[in-house]
Amino acid sequence: MYMPDYEYHTPGTLAEACTLLGELGGKVTVLAGGSDVLHKMKIGNLVPDHLVSLKNLKELREIRYEQGRGVVIGALVTHDGIYRSQLLQKHFLSLPMAAHTMANTQVTNIGTIGGNIVNGSPLADLPPILIALGASVKLVGRSGERVLPLEEFIVGPGKTVIAQDEILTEISIPDQPTTGSTYKKFGLRKSGALAVVSVAAAVTVEGGAITDARIVLGAVAPVPLRAKSAEASLKGKKVSDEAIEEAAAAAAADSRPISDLRGSDEYRRELVRVFTKRALRKAIDEGHV
Amino acid sequence: MSNVITDKDGVKRYLITLNVNGDEHTILVKGNTTLTNALRDQLDLTGTKRGCELGDCGSCTVLFDGRPINSCMKLAVEAEGHEIITIEGVAANGELDAIQQSMINHAAVQCGYCTPGMVLSAKALLTRNPHPTEPEVREAIAGNLCRCTGYVHIVEAVLAASRGVLAPDDGAHATAGGAK
Repeated sequence: MYMPDYEYHTPGTLAEACTLLGELGGKVTVLAGGSDVLHKMKIGNLVPDHLVSLKNLKELREIRYEQGRGVVIGALVTHDGIYRSQLLQKHFLSLPMAAHTMANTQVTNIGTIGGNIVNGSPLADLPPILIALGASVKLVGRSGERVLPLEEFIVGPGKTVIAQDEILTEISIPDQPTTGSTYKKFGLRKSGALAVVSVAAAVTVEGGAITDARIVLGAVAPVPLRAKSAEASLKGKKVSDEAIEEAAAAAAADSRPISDLRGSDEYRRELVRVFTKRALRKAIDEGHV
Repeated sequence: MSNVITDKDGVKRYLITLNVNGDEHTILVKGNTTLTNALRDQLDLTGTKRGCELGDCGSCTVLFDGRPINSCMKLAVEAEGHEIITIEGVAANGELDAIQQSMINHAAVQCGYCTPGMVLSAKALLTRNPHPTEPEVREAIAGNLCRCTGYVHIVEAVLAASRGVLAPDDGAHATAGGAK
């Protein structure tokens, strides 16, 4: 299969990589794992002049706990690395499970969390659960670094606020009072299918009442979408089937699906309702799973 | 990237050393050569198959530091410094691996195109988890598509290999619990 020609670069340090990204002219693409970048190049959707590989930035392959920031995940950690992280399994098992079920082994061993985010795909699997858990991203550029909520990072299909010279280096999940979270996805096959609809939920339940809830919908809007009226409808309510039903209906109303080859807008809206219900129930009953 | 050679047309080639099946091979590749193509076209390791070439079918599966990956989704220049095992590296000293023998015994090979990838995915599974359940086997080979649809015998063969029982006990096809 045809691969375009490009100039291949392997900066040795993060600073070198940012300088390179800032100085190179033409179309520049950053290469992390490659499962999306190579795919796009092969089908002709991406013809870069320069490919900047991050393979030497080994410090971005780590997961650690940092006081004040919470769990910090390097952008080059693969989906399989997230799945196998004992730290993540202990604190937020919902994220390892989302990473594990997103694709088959050959892909989860290549694809990275950073790539999954920077791609800006509305149906990517990790952003919904990460946003539900209040994750932030760190962007490093030539003139310094900035940290912003992941929710503000993705702004459209394939569009993010990353600057030409910036690299997404870390994703952090803060310490939080949430009592449960989960990610539920509906695909057309058991394995390796893209999301027709996905729902991530994180809840805080105290004494039988829901004090806080975050619900994020995937594949039903140009970006991973906070279902804000569904979240608001839950706050302060006692846990009950009625409250969950009501929130699920609100989430369906919040969603803005389109019709495409994977499903019609009506079908997706109904799936949002059903999967929001299931996700909330699971997060409330089973914790971070 | 130490050795870069630029030809008269300005095309750059990289002299890289790949560790494949325990041997070091130094080859010259372009920056856009995939690992699949380097293995097949330069090292003549044609057991690694070109299928969809888009990361869907798993026929190009190799073990990369022990983990199965689609070699069509990896640039050869990115594979330097990693241990690569292809299907040619699975049999040791002329002896087939238990998974290979079990697949023969269970007639788990039809056209054979998916077989190298299947063996490597199963190998990675049994190395990490020597006694998998049937769902675990199915999950481990979910990225290997068999278009002859011969999954039942493949799953049986992997389970039998994990039990150390390589031959079907009844001379026909062994049954491996449940999903038929």
